[in-house]
Amino acid sequence: MGRHFDNELKDLKFSLLAMAGQVEEMIGLTEEALSDPGGTKAARVNELDRAVDEWDLKLDQACIDLLALRNPIASDLRLIASTLKIVPELERIGDHCCNIARRYRILAPQPTVLPGDGLERIGAETRSMVRRAVDAFVNGDAALARAVIDDDDSVDALYQGLYKDLLRVMLSDPLSIERASHLIIVIKNWERIADQATNIAEEVLFILEGVNVKHAYLRDSRL
Amino acid sequence: MDNTPPIPVAEPVNRPTTPLPPSPALEQDPGTFAPGELPLTDQAALKAPPMIEVEGINLFYGTKQALYDINLTVRRNTVMALIGPSGCGKSTLLRSINRMNDLIDGVRIEGRVTVAGEDIYAPGVDVISLRKRMGMVFQKSNPFPKSIYENVAYGLRIQGVKDRAIVDEAVERSLIGAGLWDEVKDRLHDSGLGLSGGQQQRLCIARALAVKPDVILMDEPCSALDPLATGRIEELIFELKRDYTIVIVTHNMQQAARVSDYTAFFWMGKLVEVGLTEKLFTNPRERMTEDYISGRFG
Repeated sequence: MGRHFDNELKDLKFSLLAMAGQVEEMIGLTEEALSDPGGTKAARVNELDRAVDEWDLKLDQACIDLLALRNPIASDLRLIASTLKIVPELERIGDHCCNIARRYRILAPQPTVLPGDGLERIGAETRSMVRRAVDAFVNGDAALARAVIDDDDSVDALYQGLYKDLLRVMLSDPLSIERASHLIIVIKNWERIADQATNIAEEVLFILEGVNVKHAYLRDSRL
Repeated sequence: MDNTPPIPVAEPVNRPTTPLPPSPALEQDPGTFAPGELPLTDQAALKAPPMIEVEGINLFYGTKQALYDINLTVRRNTVMALIGPSGCGKSTLLRSINRMNDLIDGVRIEGRVTVAGEDIYAPGVDVISLRKRMGMVFQKSNPFPKSIYENVAYGLRIQGVKDRAIVDEAVERSLIGAGLWDEVKDRLHDSGLGLSGGQQQRLCIARALAVKPDVILMDEPCSALDPLATGRIEELIFELKRDYTIVIVTHNMQQAARVSDYTAFFWMGKLVEVGLTEKLFTNPRERMTEDYISGRFG
């Protein structure tokens, strides 16, 4: 093996980064779609989703080829196995963005039902988690990956708070129910994206340290 | 016949140029793993009692030190793979386990090797009977220019076994054990040299099995075989470990990963890392191990 294989692994990493870059762009555009009644941002999110899906197929095949032809072991194996799991997470984040952007496009021309900046905050916090999970991958930064995993709780808390706010809105004003229902799904989508950023961070830790930190409660219950 | 190249005794002592980690805190004690944490590891291999214990072995060929303070435990009914670049001492260690190094002039060995609890370097140990308990299989198959039957019967013959029924039984049992019986049962009295390379290697394994050894030592047993014959030997190793303890030297990382329960990585006469194969090949502790097994050494 040696240099040739190293270059192939480098290509794999660059491809994953290119895919992650497009997903990050999708997230940014998705946030902006809420204040874009014309729908150009949402349309762009859909276009990018197609590119992300193409990356999904390409990276899948690249990983299978490397596994079949290069017999990777140790950290090479961990990188490829984890890439196989990170790619669908990114692809799924893209799908969630499409979903959120579509609903934002519907809501953008209408009066808002949710006072405060809760939507902006859950969007920004989730985007930050995805960006830092990808940074942790790029820079091999285990501490950053752990920080991303810890941040999942704060997005969960934001979600819970917004969910209650939206229930209150619906109870107090039946005319807001349709818009608030869209937002209930939107905040769930953001919360899922944060979960997926967490999954990516967990894979990064596996690549870097060979430890599986998933489902910590199972580990605790065994002790 | 041993295929190891002659050892250059005149060379200066060849010491590692980069500092090695201190003699590894042997991670061989499997400790406690969570259920499912090492799903491919043979769980019985974790609990097996020791069969071979190498304790603080230093070995010198003349002035050249070939092994530095090796500590290694091979558990009963498990397969231990010894890996490392050429000249790292893995074959030397293998030959220390059945005292084959005794045959080389100027060899000096310090430390202790016990097999089934018996110190094999203790004064008064009968080396011949010791070697009977250790079958050895070499890189190049080396059947005797005799019939298949006589090749397998050889060990019994030199032990003086004359009873035809006993020899017949041993030959059949050993050939079955080596997975060769069905292919040769109708031509037991043909020459062993007429067999294919893979069959000859299995014949040598059968010959080793005939004397009912405790341990089978294999020095690159598949390096001259095609993938099919290699696959058969690897399957056989898997079968044999039910009854024997196996130590195998291999340059084929995938083979070490496939057949062994434990793997030990050697470099310049030192044991760098030893551990459960599943762990060593997915998450080795030492950078040097990682570089070697992933083909980036040096």
